[in-house]
Amino acid sequence: MADLSINAERTYEPTFGDYFALLKPRVMSLVVFTALVGLLVAPGSLHPVEMFAAILFIALGAGASGALNMWYDADIDAVMRRTAKRPIPSGRVERQEALAIGIALSGIAVVMMALATNLFAAGLLAFTIFFYAVIYSMWLKRSTPQNIVIGGAAGAFPPMIGWAAVTGDVSMASVLMFALIFMWTPPHFWALALFTKSDYGDADVPMLTVTHGRKTTRLHILAYTVAVAGVAVALAQTSVGGPITLVTAVVLNAMFLLGALRIWRRDDAAAESDSYLVERKFFKLSLYYLFLHFAALLADAALSGVMA
Amino acid sequence: MIKATHELHDRRKSRNVGVGLVLVGFVAIVFALTVVKVTRGDPMQAFDHVVRPEMEVAQ
Repeated sequence: MADLSINAERTYEPTFGDYFALLKPRVMSLVVFTALVGLLVAPGSLHPVEMFAAILFIALGAGASGALNMWYDADIDAVMRRTAKRPIPSGRVERQEALAIGIALSGIAVVMMALATNLFAAGLLAFTIFFYAVIYSMWLKRSTPQNIVIGGAAGAFPPMIGWAAVTGDVSMASVLMFALIFMWTPPHFWALALFTKSDYGDADVPMLTVTHGRKTTRLHILAYTVAVAGVAVALAQTSVGGPITLVTAVVLNAMFLLGALRIWRRDDAAAESDSYLVERKFFKLSLYYLFLHFAALLADAALSGVMA
Repeated sequence: MIKATHELHDRRKSRNVGVGLVLVGFVAIVFALTVVKVTRGDPMQAFDHVVRPEMEVAQ
């Protein structure tokens, strides 16, 4: 008897959750939080419905670029342990579906962003999706060990988009919020790269730890940590900063610098002996670092009564 | 009679319910945005075949 099913070779029926996983929901939480802070600390205000829509469509745009990344990177995702369970390499979703979902959601997110807020914010969102999907995923990720640095820019745009949704432009404060995430990304990822047994090499993705060695990576972590400390203190001096931001910046960056110095001063033999305890602690701190900085900006905004 | 007991049907159902909820949510957002934009927009008057000087552009 003839097989009448539309897709006879398909053995797995994807659930809604399988498609949702294409949008990298965990990355989205950082995007939502930083975009919300950018939006709330900006001078002026949006109607709560517009605000909700702006955050939703920034998150949707980020999710769409995640789907495009999974479409393009399906081959390397299959090789690496961390990503092998993603929907495409595990066979739950087909590559072409991820491409279709990525393109469709990008369009919806950008158009809806323009309708809900303004063209400038929508343009920034479109550029962010392009940057992550094309510049990072398709081009730099496989060609340079600086991939993390430049790719970090994609993750740094959300507070700028949130700001632009309210004001329709950029400012020193929004650029410094961008710079804070941009400079924070390399030490955050390289610390992780130091203590996770790398399988980027198996996937032919150039990581600094592999191409330039772990000693150089330790130095780079220190260099970016010094840079991000400068940005954090500068951000506290702008219109969105205040006493809470300044104290948070000083305390957190002192801790962050201390951690980076410890990482720089030791070698892998020392790290092996305590199973990368210093690197692990630094990585954990880096997670709190970004969250607390943006929370401090929000607290200062509340303090100065901007959030009317 | 076919009984829908296969696990495949649960997956399909999850997808259908999920897409359905997303679409309803999207309609709700577009509607809410429309209400907000129209309420906050410039005052509007429709032409109703009677001359109304206040609608004319000032010279």
